[in-house]
Amino acid sequence: MIEWFAYAQIAVALVAGLLAVALGLIGKRPADITMGATALVEVLLIVQIVISLLAPAFGNTATGSTLEFWVYLVSAALLPPLAIVWGLVDRTRWSTAVLGVASLAVAVMVYRMYQIWFVQVA
Amino acid sequence: MTTTTPSRSTGIGRVLIAVYGLLALAATGRSVFQLLDDFDKAPVAYSLSALAAVVYIVATVALIAPGAVWYRVAWITISFELLGVLVVGLLSIFDPILFPAKTVWSGFGAGYGYVPLVLPILGMLWLYRRRPRPVALETAGRTTGTEV
Repeated sequence: MIEWFAYAQIAVALVAGLLAVALGLIGKRPADITMGATALVEVLLIVQIVISLLAPAFGNTATGSTLEFWVYLVSAALLPPLAIVWGLVDRTRWSTAVLGVASLAVAVMVYRMYQIWFVQVA
Repeated sequence: MTTTTPSRSTGIGRVLIAVYGLLALAATGRSVFQLLDDFDKAPVAYSLSALAAVVYIVATVALIAPGAVWYRVAWITISFELLGVLVVGLLSIFDPILFPAKTVWSGFGAGYGYVPLVLPILGMLWLYRRRPRPVALETAGRTTGTEV
């Protein structure tokens, strides 16, 4: 995990999540902007997977449990695709909110992953 | 008496289902990891975590599946969650030795942004709004003769 990339990833997921929840609540159906933002969150997760696979080879290892880190990362990477499929099947405003919920969850999970990698207290 | 159970997977109920699914995933993921990693550290807390995860999965299914039986299952599982988060929340404050590790329910779900505390309440409000209702009067009147 690279520190600035994790921050950027959390920021993007937060913005994408809040945007989609807001647009969903005012009644917008899933559109390119919300679907695209969720797709971007997924792309960053895939980049994160590559970074985290390669990082230990460069001496950048997790301070916490590697297993726990990967449980978070793999589950996080499953969320945006599920939400996007949901948005394609169910063309209502609530799908837009679901896209937002998925991105917000990714933000929280990346934050937890950040803690496991950099600041393991236990 | 004929009743009809309205669908629970429409409108904002869909967001509720998504959040339930998410919590089910989060609880299952963490609990599988805890059971594999260090079960001996806190057997009570971790077993309860696993039970909570299963209940979240059943609740998610019950919110999606139609019909009166699943409606009752939804009530049972969601009530169980509210009870769980309240009891474990209190216990984790008064008896931290029993709950040394983080579970979905410790500290009233603080580790999950209090979602485990708020969600059952929202779920109950939703279930109440979508409760089974007697078929509208005129329809019922017309069909009385044919019913046993």
